Amino acid sequence: MDWTALFLSLRLAAFTVVILLPIGIVMGRFLAYRNFPGKGLTEALVALPLVLPPTVFGYYLLVVLGSASPVGQFWEALFGRPLVFTFEGLLIASIVFNLPFAIQPMQRGFEAIPREVRAAAACCGMPPWRALLRVELPLAWPGILTALVLSFAHTLGEFGIVLMVGGSIPGETRTIAIAIYDRVQAFDDAGAAQMSALLLAFSLVTIALTFAFSRRIGRRLG
Amino acid sequence: MSGLTGLHVALHQDSPIPLAAEFSCAPGEVLALVGPSGSGKSTILRAIAGIYRPLRGRVTVDGEDWFDGGRGYHRPTHRRAVGMVFQSYALFPHMTALGNVMAALGDLPPHQRAARARSLLDLVHLADLYDRRPEELSGGQQQRVAVARALAREPKALLLDEPFSAVDKATRQRLYREIAVLRRGLNMPVVLVTHDLDEAAMLADRIAVLHRGRTLQTGTPRQVTTRPLSAEVARLVDLRNVFEGVVAGCDGDGGRTIIDWAGLQLETAGGAVVATGQRVSWVIPDGFVLLHRRDRPSRGEHENPVPGRVESVLEIGQMAHIVLRPGHAPELPLHFSVPLHVAHRNGIEPGVAATVSLLGEGIHTMPPPRG
Repeated sequence: MDWTALFLSLRLAAFTVVILLPIGIVMGRFLAYRNFPGKGLTEALVALPLVLPPTVFGYYLLVVLGSASPVGQFWEALFGRPLVFTFEGLLIASIVFNLPFAIQPMQRGFEAIPREVRAAAACCGMPPWRALLRVELPLAWPGILTALVLSFAHTLGEFGIVLMVGGSIPGETRTIAIAIYDRVQAFDDAGAAQMSALLLAFSLVTIALTFAFSRRIGRRLG
Repeated sequence: MSGLTGLHVALHQDSPIPLAAEFSCAPGEVLALVGPSGSGKSTILRAIAGIYRPLRGRVTVDGEDWFDGGRGYHRPTHRRAVGMVFQSYALFPHMTALGNVMAALGDLPPHQRAARARSLLDLVHLADLYDRRPEELSGGQQQRVAVARALAREPKALLLDEPFSAVDKATRQRLYREIAVLRRGLNMPVVLVTHDLDEAAMLADRIAVLHRGRTLQTGTPRQVTTRPLSAEVARLVDLRNVFEGVVAGCDGDGGRTIIDWAGLQLETAGGAVVATGQRVSWVIPDGFVLLHRRDRPSRGEHENPVPGRVESVLEIGQMAHIVLRPGHAPELPLHFSVPLHVAHRNGIEPGVAATVSLLGEGIHTMPPPRG
């Protein structure tokens, strides 16, 4: 059992979720309430990671984040080390490929709030930030929770993009999914089986808990 | 428009929703916006609340600008002291009745909110239901929470968007009475949107008749239902006896006008709006069409008698709604209602001959339709 890889995966997933929470709320809310020219294109861009082969996606991330790119050079000038094949690079990749998993459920969550309820919040004298905290977030909560769990679980399981952008550096970029692959390559069936079973159990429990929880909230909110 | 107190509204735009609405509502007054679906009445209400931003116009409340298209000023909804009851009530589903009312008390110090919310819920007779969530309340109870919440901010304008459309008839009658009592204690302008003219006549001091975003007439319920400004208003307030004629003559001192209605001379009690020889629209409300007794002559039968044949009799509740085809112009049916027993006693049924009088004081003339 590669505990380092497991903890790295958990750390990556936790950071991803924490950063995606505000991004998802802002983007999901914007897409839910506003109509603007190019909305369809924006939604398509957000959904792109769902259909793009991970290798293609990983390749473009390498191009954009690599040492030859402006982003990569800026990062190197700032922190003195490259972005690709590091935890930070992996985190950026993880955030980007989780955008649809975070934004779409949150968008659905905000869309489910009746327009009149939002208008009522304003008519009650709530400034926008207060309406967000007191009315919108509590009502969109099932969508937000789903988004966070899906992103977390998806980060644990992502393989192709991680391999492309991060490689397999122990303690830095070797996630549990990569570790399983390495164990299989090394004919360590027992190690692969152990880690696979753990990942399976973990994913199943998380998803089951989320479903049960959001159903309970759904009932409470009617 | 330089009103000091009360609500003054003037909204104009050609698209996306055409608006040409102007009206005022004094403190303590209930003004009903009445019109068919799509007449823009909810849009006007939303513009007053600031949820909808029109292109041009002005909304002032107690001398304060809420919207001024001329200088591009639009005060955001949360900074307008407005109370709104939505058609769907739009209660916050995750809060209790008390929580919903407290949510509108953000301007009060936190320790005073609960007590104030409780007193508002008591006012609308929900003293036992503080802790219920909206889903645990009946439609009528939800409406009361919505009213309490709308009143919580001590609004300078109270807006009611078809607040009775989502409850059953018995509840509606009870809510009408409650609102009628409640409004006596209110000293802000109240704007009620409804498509139900009876509801408007019952609750409002004045009615503004709307069609395609345009205020066609504003007046007391009696004015708009007996003295409509145009044939269009007459039809919108459900007057069915709207006809055209020609002014055949005027009796200068008595203010009596003779109208030629497809060859039949009718005497009216008012002066004509157009000169002799001109076309004119005229209307007579149901209540001024008097059925003659068929067995023997009765009072008033010399006043504009119109003989004809009964086409249909529709019995609704205790009333019989009768359509009469006049003998001189069968293509211009007259509609009127009599109590059921009157219809029965007179043997009124489809096909029989009957005569009615069109009472002169009920005949109201209007400018002819354009074109």
